[in-house]
Amino acid sequence: MSRQGTRLDTKNVNSELFTLTYGALVSQLMKDYTNVEDVNKQLERMGYNIGIRLIEDFLARTGSGRCYDFRDTADKIQMGFRIFLGVTPTITNWSSAGDEFSLQFESNPLTEFIELPDHCLNLKYANVLTGVLRGACEMVQMEVTSWFAQDQLKGDTVTELRVKFVKRLEDAIPAGED
Amino acid sequence: MSITISAVRPRTSILDKSLSRGRGEVSLSCYALLFSELVQYCQNRVYTVPELQNKLAEMGQEVGVKFIDLLFVRERSYKREIKILNILLFVKSTLWKALFGKEADKLEHANDDERTYYIIEKDPIVNKFISVPKDKGSLNCAVFTAGIIEAVLNGCGFPAKVTAHWHKGTTYMVKFEDSVIARDKQLEDR
Repeated sequence: MSRQGTRLDTKNVNSELFTLTYGALVSQLMKDYTNVEDVNKQLERMGYNIGIRLIEDFLARTGSGRCYDFRDTADKIQMGFRIFLGVTPTITNWSSAGDEFSLQFESNPLTEFIELPDHCLNLKYANVLTGVLRGACEMVQMEVTSWFAQDQLKGDTVTELRVKFVKRLEDAIPAGED
Repeated sequence: MSITISAVRPRTSILDKSLSRGRGEVSLSCYALLFSELVQYCQNRVYTVPELQNKLAEMGQEVGVKFIDLLFVRERSYKREIKILNILLFVKSTLWKALFGKEADKLEHANDDERTYYIIEKDPIVNKFISVPKDKGSLNCAVFTAGIIEAVLNGCGFPAKVTAHWHKGTTYMVKFEDSVIARDKQLEDR
């Protein structure tokens, strides 16, 4: 695949173009679906599709190997956010069992310029992120689930994405072959 | 009991914050994958290539409308353009830089039609990772960008139709309405 000597393209894109493109997508979904829950689901699914491809990019860029434990995973997820979205969420609120943690965002390029109108309060605007995490982790044999515990768009002071380890996937069949 | 007017108590509204300088960046792979999802989503809801292009252009317009205020406030201290050439140069340099971090490769005026201008981009970012299937040869996903340009021109008072074509890379054809040309001539006379 990658030729010897080809440097990995580390080109960046203006985050406002990204924000507004995502915004256009979400508002199109809101027009197309009557039920907000369906929009949330659709966003998660799109995120999943992105995640299963983005993980490859992550591995290629960082050259990181297998995670030792879930704390290691948390660090790598944090690094992923820095590489791809240019933000560094804080890792906090570990559960005592060590299988659950939170990512706290001070700012989030997806939600810049965004205000939720009253009739969209059930919309999980940045739900694409939960899908990305699920997809990316699944490709490295980990099942995780995540949800927004707090959301700045809904009046909270920070945005908190809670991530929970579900199980290790054994003998996973490559996507699309089942 | 109090009367609830809005379900959310706004901490600060967007307008309370100062406008960011727009230097934030995300990785290209991230944008490319998001754009790919957008294209796939549109494709799943239409039957033909022209329909798909329309849908993509519509989405681009949503983005374009929002860029107008952003750029005129940030870069031009609220001053709007009134002449065709200036607004085209605004698109070619200011808008393009904000969107793609560089100026558009070329701006040309059609020889045979004074209403028509071309903005040429050899290698548009949105097309970077897209390979067009053989049966959809005419599809150019840069219509999304064409939508952005169209919305900016329309929103600035220069009604035009903008389309994307495979020519020298991607060429955006900008066709202004007659009224715009007539107005520009009046300005010249003064």
